[in-house]
Amino acid sequence: MLSWLPENISTYGGDIDSLMYHIYYITGVWFFLTYGVIIVFLLRYRRQEGQKAAYVRGDSLTQAGWLLVPLLIVLALDLWIDFQGSEVWAKIKIDAPSSDLLVGVTGKQFNWEIAYPGPDGKLGTADDLEMENELHVPVNKVVHVVLRSKDVIHSFFLPNLRLKQDVMPGRTIEAWFEATKPGRYPLPCAELCGFGHSGMEGSLIVHSLDEYEKWVQKNWPHKP
Amino acid sequence: MSNILGDVTQGTYHEEKGFWRTYVFSTDHKVIAKQYLALSLFWAVLGGFAAYLIRWQLAYPETAAPGASWIPEPFMYEGVVPPEFYNVLITMHGTIMVFFVAMPLLLAVFGNYLIPLMIGARDMAFPRLNMLSVWVFTLASLVLLISLFVPGGAASAGWTGYPPLSAKAIYTGVNWGMNLWIVAIALEFAAFLMGGINFLTTTLNMRAPGMTLFRLPLIVWMQITAGVVFMLSVGPLIAGAVMLLLDRVIGTTFYVPEGGGQPLLWQHLFWFFGHPEVYVILLPALGIILEILPVFSRKPIFGYRPIIYSTIVAGILSFIVWAHHQYVSGIDPRLAMPFSITTILISVPFALIVFALIATLWKGSISFPTPMLFALGTLGVFLIGGLTGIFVGSAPVDIYFHDTYFVVAHFHYTLFSAVFFGGFAGLYFWFPKMFGRMMNETLGKIHFVLTFILFNTTFFPMFFLGIGGMMRRIANPMQYEFLQPLQPINVFITGSAILLLISQGIFAINFFWSLFRGRIAGPNPWQANTLEWSTSSPPPHENFHKIPTVYRGPYEYSLPETAEDWLPQNQPELEEVKK
Repeated sequence: MLSWLPENISTYGGDIDSLMYHIYYITGVWFFLTYGVIIVFLLRYRRQEGQKAAYVRGDSLTQAGWLLVPLLIVLALDLWIDFQGSEVWAKIKIDAPSSDLLVGVTGKQFNWEIAYPGPDGKLGTADDLEMENELHVPVNKVVHVVLRSKDVIHSFFLPNLRLKQDVMPGRTIEAWFEATKPGRYPLPCAELCGFGHSGMEGSLIVHSLDEYEKWVQKNWPHKP
Repeated sequence: MSNILGDVTQGTYHEEKGFWRTYVFSTDHKVIAKQYLALSLFWAVLGGFAAYLIRWQLAYPETAAPGASWIPEPFMYEGVVPPEFYNVLITMHGTIMVFFVAMPLLLAVFGNYLIPLMIGARDMAFPRLNMLSVWVFTLASLVLLISLFVPGGAASAGWTGYPPLSAKAIYTGVNWGMNLWIVAIALEFAAFLMGGINFLTTTLNMRAPGMTLFRLPLIVWMQITAGVVFMLSVGPLIAGAVMLLLDRVIGTTFYVPEGGGQPLLWQHLFWFFGHPEVYVILLPALGIILEILPVFSRKPIFGYRPIIYSTIVAGILSFIVWAHHQYVSGIDPRLAMPFSITTILISVPFALIVFALIATLWKGSISFPTPMLFALGTLGVFLIGGLTGIFVGSAPVDIYFHDTYFVVAHFHYTLFSAVFFGGFAGLYFWFPKMFGRMMNETLGKIHFVLTFILFNTTFFPMFFLGIGGMMRRIANPMQYEFLQPLQPINVFITGSAILLLISQGIFAINFFWSLFRGRIAGPNPWQANTLEWSTSSPPPHENFHKIPTVYRGPYEYSLPETAEDWLPQNQPELEEVKK
């Protein structure tokens, strides 16, 4: 079922995917167990002439065990999922590695504006290189993305990187990723942002290191 | 002696009323429930039609939807949905289904109809407030309808209405449509506050002699817990809605960053209400199946008290889960873990209720009339909804699934299971009580089989769409190269959805046919124990000819000491035998 996932090309996407598989197996087992039990009960205990149902109220402790034991298992599995999730979350959201490249991405109705800092190394100054809808990055480098919005909430979504981050007007939000495979990948907007929401799409272009240098030389000759 | 009290109460406000007083401006909780039923079914048809247009657009973008060419410009152009109207459709579909179908159907219909009957009262504690609630709800319905036709078009910022998109008209081109949308929802909340107050007061104060809190049918517990959760969570949203309206109408900047406002504030206020709201809808639906399963298994519900405690725990936990809607919104990332834990923990009380339902089937004597089929269907569908909730509850996995069709599939599995399967279960089960006649079993079973199969073929493939990365609320998946391979799934879903909608016609036919031609039901066609079955069908104006006395809990089926396999709550024999 999870084989529908787009190809993962980020360093942390694999962690998210394994967590997903982990939950998938746990819930899958529960699904078949509970459905199995329900179907067996429905067939085994369907109404038969002259057979009375058992009078079981489930209020003694031994009977309540039938509720409490599976409940404890559910609780343990829940905490297990949370525990694993917190490690992955911390890796992605809290302990970001230091960056090799800084890029500004600004959402607006209905485009992504991409900005690379110029020689001063700062975003939002006159020497920035600006483009629309194309985010070029080198492979195997940590990219920090500074996200802003000019109007409404947009959501920066890179399915192949398992990265999604809402872009809030009035706030600057940072995200990071490290792409592991060159190619061209979709960069849609995942939050309803107006009548042009459908079709607000950019591209992530991951270059090999050589190609990236060439791209920089061509588009950005003054880079130090 | 015992009926002196009954006669006194009977005399107070029971007098012959004219047509208007009896059927339109009625204070009778049963009539009010039926009024809510009519309104919610009306809205379900409209919400379903919006779903049809949405699905057509997703399968065959920018082509004319069959049967929709009568809709005039500027809504649609000869049956084609323009992107502005697509956003109106998704906004209205969500608003209608959550606030104008789910809440009235599950809370107002079943709560109003059942609570006084089940606790042995003559009416709600505040009958006039109850009448006011249905009329305020009618007003809310009118305002929402009008909002569709004002210049600039109807609200189109999604049913969650996230600002700044919803806060300034320039972003959507919608002005009065959005204002009226806010007013409609505020009025609807006022209506349900009146209802919730009535539910709680009635249950606590007007129970028949012997009806202790631990002899209440579980649906009553579920309804009043839902009422309390609603009352405690709705305040912040009303405040939030007033602020949004001020932003729009007089130009304050609570949510607009240019003036120092904060869009995230709305999300906190909205979801502080919005997530408990899910349980407000879910609990009454679980209550319905908790009533139905024991009757058709001929067994006491397994773990009556643990279920009550679980319900209360779920109610309390529901207040500390809201921020899981904001994992990717830019809240402090350290907040995600606590909310992930509370969100996944809320599966525990619901798991207990599910286990209790399953244990109720164990060693039962199970029959399968239509209400039981729908009750089991609710359980089966809700299980998938609950299990897939773990994915989106886990913060790192939600990074990927947030705002994709995985979420759409997940909440349709939880809410559709509650509203439609649970609602149908309840309607088939209490129809004989409400209207005095039985519904047709054959039509009912066909309706169930088609609904169950087509529901799954409609919503299960949406998980695949979500896994494939398809975003919510896009009008045209074909605009994205990476989604084009998923398009056959969209076409398949649309086909299923259309059949699912059509098959609901079977229910409509059954409903109206049975209303006039159905077999006469008699007071207790299912041989059930709870008090509503101890009076005639339909019950008289003040419910009981004589207020019943309650001797035991609601689920005493198949007692070893008795020859019959059921023992109504108001039947004294067993106590006397024991003496």
